[in-house]
Amino acid sequence: MIEINAQSIAFAILAVLTLGGGLGVVLNRNLFRGAIWLMVSLFGVAGIFVLLSAPFLAAVQVLVYIGAIAILITFAVMLTRSMTNLGERFVRRTAGIVVAVLLFFFILLGTILPVWGVDGTRYDDVSAPAENVATTRELGVALVDGNQFVLPFEVASLLLTAAMIGAIVIAREDEE
Amino acid sequence: MALQEFAPIGAMLLFAIIVASIVLVISRIFGPHHPTFRKTAPYESGMKPIGPGTRRIPVKFYLTAVLFIIFDVEVIFFFPWAVASRELSLLGLGVIGVFTFILLVGFIYEWKKGGMEWE
Amino acid sequence: MDCSSVVVCDLLRSGGMDPGLAMFIALLLGVVLVTTIPLVTVIFLIWVERKVAARIQDRLGPNRVGPFGLLQTFADMIKLITKENITPANADRVVYNFAPLLSVVSVVLIWAVIPFTPYHIGTDLEIGALYIVAVASLGTLAIMTAGWASNNKYALLGAFRVVAQLVSYEVPLVFALLVPIMLAGSMGMQDIVYAQAGMWFFFMVPLSAVLLFIASHAETGRGPFDLIEAESEIIAGFNIEYSGMKFGMFFAAEFIHVFTNAVLMAVFFFGGWWGPGALDAPLLALLYLGLKSAVIYFIYLWVRNTFPRVRIDQLLDLNWKFFVPLSIVNVLVVAFVLKILQELQIAVPLNASTNFLATIPMTVVLLLVNVAMTYALIAWLRNRGAKARQVDLANQHEDIVVAGAAGD
Repeated sequence: MIEINAQSIAFAILAVLTLGGGLGVVLNRNLFRGAIWLMVSLFGVAGIFVLLSAPFLAAVQVLVYIGAIAILITFAVMLTRSMTNLGERFVRRTAGIVVAVLLFFFILLGTILPVWGVDGTRYDDVSAPAENVATTRELGVALVDGNQFVLPFEVASLLLTAAMIGAIVIAREDEE
Repeated sequence: MALQEFAPIGAMLLFAIIVASIVLVISRIFGPHHPTFRKTAPYESGMKPIGPGTRRIPVKFYLTAVLFIIFDVEVIFFFPWAVASRELSLLGLGVIGVFTFILLVGFIYEWKKGGMEWE
Repeated sequence: MDCSSVVVCDLLRSGGMDPGLAMFIALLLGVVLVTTIPLVTVIFLIWVERKVAARIQDRLGPNRVGPFGLLQTFADMIKLITKENITPANADRVVYNFAPLLSVVSVVLIWAVIPFTPYHIGTDLEIGALYIVAVASLGTLAIMTAGWASNNKYALLGAFRVVAQLVSYEVPLVFALLVPIMLAGSMGMQDIVYAQAGMWFFFMVPLSAVLLFIASHAETGRGPFDLIEAESEIIAGFNIEYSGMKFGMFFAAEFIHVFTNAVLMAVFFFGGWWGPGALDAPLLALLYLGLKSAVIYFIYLWVRNTFPRVRIDQLLDLNWKFFVPLSIVNVLVVAFVLKILQELQIAVPLNASTNFLATIPMTVVLLLVNVAMTYALIAWLRNRGAKARQVDLANQHEDIVVAGAAGD
């Protein structure tokens, strides 16, 4: 049973923010307003990270997603021709509904299965979350530790380099 | 608990929004309000506005934003490392050095390709 | 949260109030106080700014309303409040009204993690420094939305210019911020202050301090980087369609931001509230922080009123081709030197950083490295400048020859 305390109230507010923002993105006819709704949604996600005792991820969420990705999206919106009024509506309603229901089903499955556990063990025991909470310092050590995340870490920089080169190739294509 | 640490921030957010809104409402009450066609027209140096106010922008702005995102993500990786740097061995420094070097290659490529020219 | 550390809370509880309620009231009072401090300070700051600007430009500045013109800002506020709020036709009303709110709120929220004294801080987050960067980036969003919602060409162009400027300069700003974090081994604001008990970080890594100063100056969009306003080109930029108090809020947000940056500089590089006797007397600590911030704020004003405006291509060139590489190299060099110092047992462990004498060897080495880097930079820049001038001269010469030939 869900207990009503500060945690659950905060979660309810943030969930409404996240989902409401998401709905705003999907239902809005104006691309720029859609981008703003996206920021609301992402802000809700940042709040949920805080609830999960992951303040570092929350700050990253705000810094990278709201402060950077959202800016990029607004820039991209401004690059398009008709940003304020989309011409014809996307009308394949049946296909849309089928895809939505399937997606919802898969997400539900993905959420429920890990909680149930495969062999009857439950993984939703959150009585001692403090043990799972890593500090930023531990994260820093783990990132450069040869036995932990050093390879993904270096690959991440490779990925960023690829993105940088991709951006210049796309943006400068027409000039040569 | 993270929630308790962040609760004051949430309260501050609410309070700041309320104060700012009150100021706006006060100015709405005390200020006159007589909009006319000419007054509400977009300002265009006194000329009649030509075309829509929002229009497409040059791609160079977009390129700057992409460059920014890449460095923003890079710096996120630097933060935990900076916090832990006192406890790490020289190897840790080497790892971050390689990380930076790979990015630097892309950076120099972008530079040489003219991605940072503003024309 | 511990009630015993909050004076008001203790007081209320001794009056026989429920501890939970007492804590809540104490929290509420704290929130109101921390939010009000920047909002009230800005009223005074606007007067200071105008006075200093006037003195630098050999004028008197406001001196009619109240003693020394101190009440000028209040007069201005009343004027702004009684002005008509014009919402342009075709503007996106909701977004248009939301933007000035966001710009003030994003700056005010930074104050949540600023340590005023050893015992007074909004909330001492483990990720304090990162929180500041994240919240400050919301201001960019406010400008973006303002420019778009106004439905004005100048506003949109101004907004895009500003956003390009702000996001660009955020990169060297954050990299410069990494250096004090590295030296303190923590992102918590109080930890950073305590780590400077023996020696201010400014004396260890002056180059990072200068980088942070310049980048934060660009972040506020003033001084030589005031393309935001550029009256001669885009009239007033993103806030052109804003009138009355809505314009006033953008204006106030900018002023608060500059002062916030001064306070942050004081915290990150000049020891924050730390000073003799600060641990025993919180008021003294607050005074130290105020004094340090005031001096840095004055330097911000000085720079703003002295340098001519740069062009946008110069601005972005300077950032991407100079500050960004420099700030990254700077972080790695400081990290390398720090590591060597640690291996040689010269670096002071964090728990002994209150000892002034113990920090001297480490400071000297770091300072020498910084001076060497700065010297190399200046030499390189001088060399480049000389070459550019020679090219210019040669071009000029050609021009003259060509002109002479055409005249014949």
